[in-house]
Amino acid sequence: MKPYLAIFNLRMINGLQYRIAALAGVATQFVWGFMYIMIYEAFYHGFTGTQTISLEQLATYIWLQQAFFFFVLLWLKDNEIFDSITSGSIAYELCRPCGIYGFWFAKLIAHRLSGTLLRCMPILVIGFFLPIPYRLSLPPNFLTFILFLVTLLLGLIVVISLSMIVYVSVFVTMSPIGSFLIFSVVGEFFSGLMMPVPLMPIWLQNIVYILPFRLSGDLPFRVYSGNISTNDAIIGILTQILWIIGLIALGKVLLTKMLKRVVVQGG
Amino acid sequence: MIKVEGLSKTFKVARRSSGFGEAVRSFFSPKFSEVHALRDVSFSIDEGEIVGYIGPNGAGKSTTIKVMSGILVPDKGECSIMGYVPWRDRVKYVKNIGVVFGQRSQLWADVPVMDSFELLRDIYKVQPANYKKSLDLLTETLNLGEILTTPTRQLSLGQRMRCEIAASLIHDPKILFLDEPTIGLDAMSKIAVRNFIKMINKEKKVTVILTTHDMNDIETLANRIIMIGKGQILYDGNLNNLREKFVTHKTVTVDYNENTSPLELDSASLLSWSKDRATYVVDIKKRGVSDIISELSAKLELTDVAVDSEPIEEIIIKLYKEHQV
Repeated sequence: MKPYLAIFNLRMINGLQYRIAALAGVATQFVWGFMYIMIYEAFYHGFTGTQTISLEQLATYIWLQQAFFFFVLLWLKDNEIFDSITSGSIAYELCRPCGIYGFWFAKLIAHRLSGTLLRCMPILVIGFFLPIPYRLSLPPNFLTFILFLVTLLLGLIVVISLSMIVYVSVFVTMSPIGSFLIFSVVGEFFSGLMMPVPLMPIWLQNIVYILPFRLSGDLPFRVYSGNISTNDAIIGILTQILWIIGLIALGKVLLTKMLKRVVVQGG
Repeated sequence: MIKVEGLSKTFKVARRSSGFGEAVRSFFSPKFSEVHALRDVSFSIDEGEIVGYIGPNGAGKSTTIKVMSGILVPDKGECSIMGYVPWRDRVKYVKNIGVVFGQRSQLWADVPVMDSFELLRDIYKVQPANYKKSLDLLTETLNLGEILTTPTRQLSLGQRMRCEIAASLIHDPKILFLDEPTIGLDAMSKIAVRNFIKMINKEKKVTVILTTHDMNDIETLANRIIMIGKGQILYDGNLNNLREKFVTHKTVTVDYNENTSPLELDSASLLSWSKDRATYVVDIKKRGVSDIISELSAKLELTDVAVDSEPIEEIIIKLYKEHQV
């Protein structure tokens, strides 16, 4: 475990260095957050029936998405890993006494965690002081909050085990552009980053619930806002765990296969 | 310690000639050809040896190093290093080796070198006391000092290379693979790196295998060379034996007090002549150099004599030519 903690640690140190990027990120997140809530405010005003999610819950959902942007977004990529595959510096990682899968996994968790630590605080703090309906509200009770934390962290692991498969695909394609584009466009739509899942038509929601993407960007935030009941949250956690086991197993098998026929690029 | 037998490795390489038409054609039916990077390579290396692994570009040097360090899986052949099969027992095996790829970096660009070292310490699970000992030794002998607190990005090539070598030795490996460790370094840094390699070989009995294109590296470091060309071993043995076999001529340059006409000698051809200096190429198979010098000193009033043997590069080129590499 120690090697993986060490790589996690160093990636955190590395990630915390990029302060200006974090500041710019926070500003962007605010703009997006306000824009989304304004759009939905306009929709809700023109709509007379009841929605499956209230505007207040939606505002909370959107602010959490913005605050934990680095946990959920799928186009976030660690270029070092891609470079190491395409330029051949993976050679060095292969002569370390630890598995590449765990090594990359720890690196990716640290990447997302350090990015979130730098970005989430201003959004969360300011979000709590905004006027209704823009306000980020508190969770209904303490249990919900705990369930939120658990689903959030498991969601992070789901995202990373998914993206590991994309990283492995670069061994074949030699360029991350295609795989990542498909992965992020498809994934972000089905994870509710473009349109909150509760607002999707039922038939689309059914598809969304089959796929793993919503387990990171939708489930935790709806648990927090009280839109998902405790029972459903626990089912959600079990689903997350099953997906994680499946995805990690698949990723490991694929990576082992790739490493057997790996060609280290360059002299 | 290291035993390699019948190693073979082929790579598939996409091929097409230039131009738009060709590009379109290969879009529909790409052509591949096979490159035999290694063909039946065998050798064995004992503990404490320094072996220079040389050959022209693309001969298969790096491929061999990569197979030996567990990165590549060969198509055929066996390899046993300290009882491990590198690619099969990779995780257990690599604890015992250090690798430097001169053209790549293992240090994190954005953080001080020290952070990268500490990462390696934790990855290799080096005990704090041992870590401190190796770090002190490395800092002193490679003159790292202030460099350690600088981000890798801001180091010069020579500084970085010294750190790379240090990074490969933090876990006290028994075998060190160096793939072009002196590439792009200035004379001073090269000498520092060479002295260091000699030192760890002597004091810590580290077995060193290095590839290089710099023949001075080989001359100062390696008592044994393995030469490879087109994936096959062309020569394996002592550097001096190679010299004896391939050095056929020596150059003798003499300075003397004025002499008006060029002096012809038996078994030596006159390369250049002026009224106070002459250069002869001596065929040492036919006549000894000392014999030539004594004849010259009998006939001329010598003021200075210099004997140069063929530089090792030329011997290598001869060997390449002989094997048509």
